[in-house]
Amino acid sequence: MTLRDLKPGQQGVVVSIATTGSMKRRIMDMGITPGVEIKVVKVAPLGDPIEVNVRGYELSLRKEEAQEIEMK
Amino acid sequence: MSMTIALAGNPNCGKTTLFNELTGSKQHVGNWPGVTVDKKDGVYKKNKEVVILDLPGTYSLSPYSAEEIVARDYIVKDKPDAVIDIVDGTSIERNLYLSLQIMETRIPMVIALNMMDEVEARGDKIDCKKLSEELGVPVVPIVARSGKGLAELMEAAIETARNHQKSERVQLFDDELENVIAGIADLLRGSDPDESWWKAIKLVENDEVVAKTIDSAKMDSIRKLVESANKNAGGDAEAKIADYRYQYIGKIVKECVRKAHRGHVETKSDKMDKVLTNRILALPIFAAVMYVMFACTFSENFLFIEGLPSPGVWLAGIVESVWGLLTDAVVGAVEGVGASEWAVGLVSSCLDGVGAVAGFLPLVLVLFLLLSFLEDSGYMARVAFVMDRIFRHFGLSGRSFIPMLMGFGCSVPALMASRTLESDKDRKITMMITPFMSCGAKLPIYAMFAATLFAEGNHTVIVFSVYMLGIVVAIIGALLLNKFAFKSDTSNFIMELPQYRVPTLKSVLIHAWEKVKGFAIKAGTVIFASTVLIWFLSSFNFSGMCDMEESLLATIGNGIKWIFAPLGWADWRASVGVVTGWIAKENIVATFGQLFGGVSDEVVEAVMAGEEGLPAIGEVFNKVSAYSYMAFNLLCMPCFAAVGAIRREMGSWKWTLRAVGFQMLTAYVVALLINVVGNMIF
Repeated sequence: MTLRDLKPGQQGVVVSIATTGSMKRRIMDMGITPGVEIKVVKVAPLGDPIEVNVRGYELSLRKEEAQEIEMK
Repeated sequence: MSMTIALAGNPNCGKTTLFNELTGSKQHVGNWPGVTVDKKDGVYKKNKEVVILDLPGTYSLSPYSAEEIVARDYIVKDKPDAVIDIVDGTSIERNLYLSLQIMETRIPMVIALNMMDEVEARGDKIDCKKLSEELGVPVVPIVARSGKGLAELMEAAIETARNHQKSERVQLFDDELENVIAGIADLLRGSDPDESWWKAIKLVENDEVVAKTIDSAKMDSIRKLVESANKNAGGDAEAKIADYRYQYIGKIVKECVRKAHRGHVETKSDKMDKVLTNRILALPIFAAVMYVMFACTFSENFLFIEGLPSPGVWLAGIVESVWGLLTDAVVGAVEGVGASEWAVGLVSSCLDGVGAVAGFLPLVLVLFLLLSFLEDSGYMARVAFVMDRIFRHFGLSGRSFIPMLMGFGCSVPALMASRTLESDKDRKITMMITPFMSCGAKLPIYAMFAATLFAEGNHTVIVFSVYMLGIVVAIIGALLLNKFAFKSDTSNFIMELPQYRVPTLKSVLIHAWEKVKGFAIKAGTVIFASTVLIWFLSSFNFSGMCDMEESLLATIGNGIKWIFAPLGWADWRASVGVVTGWIAKENIVATFGQLFGGVSDEVVEAVMAGEEGLPAIGEVFNKVSAYSYMAFNLLCMPCFAAVGAIRREMGSWKWTLRAVGFQMLTAYVVALLINVVGNMIF
């Protein structure tokens, strides 16, 4: 299961991040590291990107980026 | 002893507010070399010996964005006497991630724990003393908006700078990783052990920018060490390092922060966001906000009331009429003392040059009051959130929507609005394509051709199609620039959506004022010089003053007209029109009025409004070549004021020339296609 599969209101714990390079770095710099809890807040009006709550703040990311984040 | 203290911190952490509070209005704003990133410094209000430098807001010191590179190069290479790291107390975990990276450079630093009022309002408690002990860095609680704690903060920062008190080295990583870093640092053996240690961490993090500075002989052994670190970290030491930093933060936050409620509590901001980015309401609200912003700046029938000028248009009108009176008075006085014709011409063209700059200032002021409000309130981030779905297809940020929309009013404030974009690449591309949005001054050109050459019923279609052409070319241009000129794979949309906050009046005013001042000085010189140059070319030849028909400009027009033959208008008067259009695009109509039969000013005004045609231009243009000419002037180099704005925002002549070159090339290719395809069809 990835972050993309979660619906608004659902939450999960990050297992790993599949992508590499600058995108991975950016994801981790923003606080999405293994073991952290993420809650999906909402989906943008046009269906993408999504808004999540992580480490006490709101972060937006595209669905294709959310797909790289493995959850449990 | 004078000293420099740099402010570092995440975007939206209140850094700019703090900077404004510390320096007051005495600020100097420029660009960091080569990138479209603001460089701001100012003198500390209470101690003139202390220079405060505002570093760009970043989440990390990774080498992936222009902001990050600028911030870390400054900290590592220029070495300020101390760094004040501003930490937003309401999202302390993510903010401390940058703090740890700054600590790794071992620069003397102080942490300013900001937004303590909001932290208290939530009922949370942060033990600053404990936090300071854990990190080995002074921690001062502040509320930047109200100025609370700033005196204590500056006292601590100045003290730290004076004592060259390095931040402590915290052991973040496991022993194996520490050993690898120590091994690499040992290999580097620079003159400064702290710098070697920092570089060693970056090398394990696969930092290409640092790797380039190491000589290749050493790099081989370093690579072996990094390899072993990767093996120990399950293949990815870079990720492991980020993970360790956050683990460490998690540990100290647990010890120092006491939350009133477990889990996430809905704030006022969250409630607002439910409405503002609601699935159904978001787009209508967004459209309304954009309409109000555009109308306030450019509308002549504000709020749909016939004849009521918007604040921007009203102010511009005042500036224009005051300037007109002043010009008349000065020119009258110069004529009165019996000055020669060329002297009168020079004086009036200089005044026109300055007036051209002054006339844009109200538009820049009004737009930036509104933009600063949107930016500081947190709504700008939602603009990107709402529009991303559409704009990502062009390789642009959703925020590009604002400069492009404003471009339909006037390119000058629109180009300056590109500063609200997140990445250097997006800012540059947006600046290159924003002038393709047909601005208000280009409309009279279309009106002239439509009324002269096209049937009554087709006028609207012709004008509308030119506007659409601009949009389509802008999209194609953005795609091509993304693919060929900016080959970067860093397009991502991992972005903070900050809490909504009421902006402080002071911040909004200072920001708008900076923009007005920046434009007046940096762009002003470009506009002034070029306006006077074109005046000279159009009123002189080698034997002295003359009419435009015999001027140097006419000679130049004759000399270059062959270039435009493939576009369908190899005529010197058409070429001269392109050049005078660079002063202001609507000048093309007045130039044609003069060169094609010398019609009166009243006729020129009627032609501009599309009420009358200018039959004489039929000698040169048919329907196809007229359309090609309209397209060329839509897309080619914008007016000098806009070029000045590009120069101001790009911060370099090299990039300004690239932008203008791109626009000229685009204009030529598109006009050529129109002429060739048009002649095949009609």
